[in-house]
Amino acid sequence: MRSKVRAVTDGAVTALAVLATLLVVTPLVAIFVYLIYKGASSLNLAFFTQIPKPVGEAGGGMANAIVGSGVLLGIASLIGVPVGIGGGIYLAEFGRGTKLANAIRFTADVLNGVPSIVMGIAAYSLIVLPQGHFSAFSGGVALGIMMIPTVCRTSEEMLLMVPHAVREAALGLGVPNWRSVLSITVKTASPGIITGCMLAFARVAGETAPLIFTALGNAFWSTSLKEPIAALPLQIYVYAISPYDEWHRLAWAGALVLIALIVIAVSLVRYVTSRGVLKGAS
Amino acid sequence: MVKVQVPEIRVSRPKVQIEPAAADAKRVAEPPFAETSAVRKFLLARGNSAIMDGTFHVLMVVCGLSIFGIVILIASELVLRSDLAWSKIGFSFFYRAYFDPSTGLPNYWDPVNGHFSAIPFVYGTLVSSLLSLVLAVPLAIGVAVFLTEMCPGILRGPLAFLTELLAAIPSIIYGLWAVFVLVPLLREHVNPMLVKWLGWTKLFSDDNPTGLGYVSAAVILAIMILPIISSLTREVMLAVPHSQREAVLALGATRWEMIRMGVLRNARIGIVGAVILGLGRALGETMAVTMVIGNTPEIHRSLLANGSSMAAVIANEFAEASGDLHRSALIEIGLALFVVTIVVNAIARILVWVVTRGTPAQAH
Repeated sequence: MRSKVRAVTDGAVTALAVLATLLVVTPLVAIFVYLIYKGASSLNLAFFTQIPKPVGEAGGGMANAIVGSGVLLGIASLIGVPVGIGGGIYLAEFGRGTKLANAIRFTADVLNGVPSIVMGIAAYSLIVLPQGHFSAFSGGVALGIMMIPTVCRTSEEMLLMVPHAVREAALGLGVPNWRSVLSITVKTASPGIITGCMLAFARVAGETAPLIFTALGNAFWSTSLKEPIAALPLQIYVYAISPYDEWHRLAWAGALVLIALIVIAVSLVRYVTSRGVLKGAS
Repeated sequence: MVKVQVPEIRVSRPKVQIEPAAADAKRVAEPPFAETSAVRKFLLARGNSAIMDGTFHVLMVVCGLSIFGIVILIASELVLRSDLAWSKIGFSFFYRAYFDPSTGLPNYWDPVNGHFSAIPFVYGTLVSSLLSLVLAVPLAIGVAVFLTEMCPGILRGPLAFLTELLAAIPSIIYGLWAVFVLVPLLREHVNPMLVKWLGWTKLFSDDNPTGLGYVSAAVILAIMILPIISSLTREVMLAVPHSQREAVLALGATRWEMIRMGVLRNARIGIVGAVILGLGRALGETMAVTMVIGNTPEIHRSLLANGSSMAAVIANEFAEASGDLHRSALIEIGLALFVVTIVVNAIARILVWVVTRGTPAQAH
C-alpha cells in the first residue's frame, strides 16, 4: 500500500515536471511563430532602404533606425569591448585567486543585474544634462557601460579554459609576460572571446530603456553623434504603442530583424563554448 | 657525531665538485650571451620587457577596476541629480502621499501641481514582481528538475538551448508580443475566469476593459524571469555530488524521493539565490512592464486594475519631465531602484556562490 502511494507520487511528480517544461516551452514557441508569421509578411526591401513615412502613408521602412543602431552599437563596442576584455585578462591572468579579483568578479555579476534604465539615467546626467541636448553619443555610452561586465566575465571564462601548458611554453621560451598574454593566451581564446563580445553586443542591441532619454529617437536620417538618433528597439517601441496598423506591421518586421541578430549570436556562442576554446587541445 | 660524517662525504667527492666550479668561473668570465641561440637573439632584439610588462599589468588592473568605477559613477550621479528631490521631499517621498483637501482622495503623482510620492510605483513594482515569482518559481524548479534528473539525453541539449534563447530575447520583443497576443488572450479568456472564481477575494474585479494591469505585467514578467531562475537552479542542482543521489537511491527511494531528499535539500540555498536573482530582474524590468501595466499612478486593490511601476514611470516621463523637481523625483526613484537591485543581486549571488563554490566559475 505504502509503496503504491510512493510510486504514484513519483509518477505524478514526473508528470508535473514534464508539464512545467511544456508550459515553459510553449510561450517561446508562440513568440517565435508569431514573430516569424507577422514579421516575415511585412518584411520587404523597402524596410531596409527607406526611412519612416508620415502617419497615414503606406510603406516606409526603418533604414535610419538600422543605421542608427549600428552607430550606437559601434560607440558601445568601442567603449565596452576593450575595457571588458582588459578586465577579463586581469581576472584570469593577473588577479587569479586574489581578493581584489573576487571583489571585481562579484561586482561585475551584481552590475549585470542593475536595470538598464538606471544606466540610462546615469548616461543622461553624465552627458545629456551638461551638454544640454540628447545625442547619439550619450546613448552609445549608456550601452557601452552595460557591455563591460558581460564582456569581462565571458572573456575571463574563455581565458580560464586555455591550458596552463600553453602559457608555460610561451614563458619558457622567454617571451615577456605581456606578449605571452596577448599573442598566446588571448589569441588562443579569441574565438570564445569574440563570441562573448557578440553575445554582449546582441544583449545591448535589444536594449530600449537606456536609449529613451539618451538617443531619444529620430524620424529622419542622422548619423551625427551630436544629434538624437533613431535605433531599432526604440522605433519598435514607438510603433508598438502607436494606434496605427501600418506602424504595428513595421514594429513586427523590426522585431524579426532584431531577433534574427540575437539568435545568430546566441547559437554561435553555444557552438563555440560546446566545442571548447581550443581545437584538439588537452 | 654528525659532524664527523660530513667531512667523509666531502673527502669522497672533491674531484667531481671542483670541475664544474671551474667551468662556472670560466663561463662568468666570458661576455654574457656570447653563444646566444636564434630565439634569444630574436627576443633580445625587442629590448627590455620590464617596462612593457609593468605597463600592461597596470592597464589590465585599471580595466578591472573600471567595474568599481562604474558603480561609483552611477551611484554618485544619481545621488547628485536627485539632490533637489531629497531636499524638498526627503525620505517621506516613499511613504507619504498628498491628500486632496476637497475630495479627501490621495493624489500621489501630480507633476503640474508639484505633488510627488513614489507609493503607487513601489506598490506596482512589488505586486507585479511578487506575483510573477509566484507564477514562475514552481515552473522554473519543475523545468530544472526535468532537465537535470529526468530528461532523456537527446532532449537535454535543445531544451537547455531554448531556455537560454528565452533569456536572450530583448524585453521590447516580449512587450510587443504581450501587447498584441498575451493581453488580448488574458482579457478575453483568463480575466473573466479569475473574476468568476476568485472575485470574492475582491482581488479581481472586472471594471477594467483594457486587459492591461498588474496581472498582465506579472504574466509577462514570469515568462521573462523563468529562464534565469531555471538555468541557475539547474546549475545549482548539477553541483550536488552524484554520491548524494546514489546514497538515497541505494536506500530504496523512488526517483522523486531521491530528488527531494538528495538534490533539492542540498541545493535549497542555491535555489533561493536563483529565485532572488529572478526577483532582481523582475524589479528592474522596464519595457515589457511599461507596455502592459497601464501606466496610471494609482493604487487599486484589484490586481486587474491599471497601475504603474518604478521603472515604467521613469521610462514614460523622464524624457518629457516638466521641471527640475519632476526630473529629480524620477531620478530619486531610479536611485531607489539601483540600491534595491544591487542589494537583491548581491544576496542572490552570495547564496548561489555558497552552493556552487568549488565548481568552475560560469558567467550568467
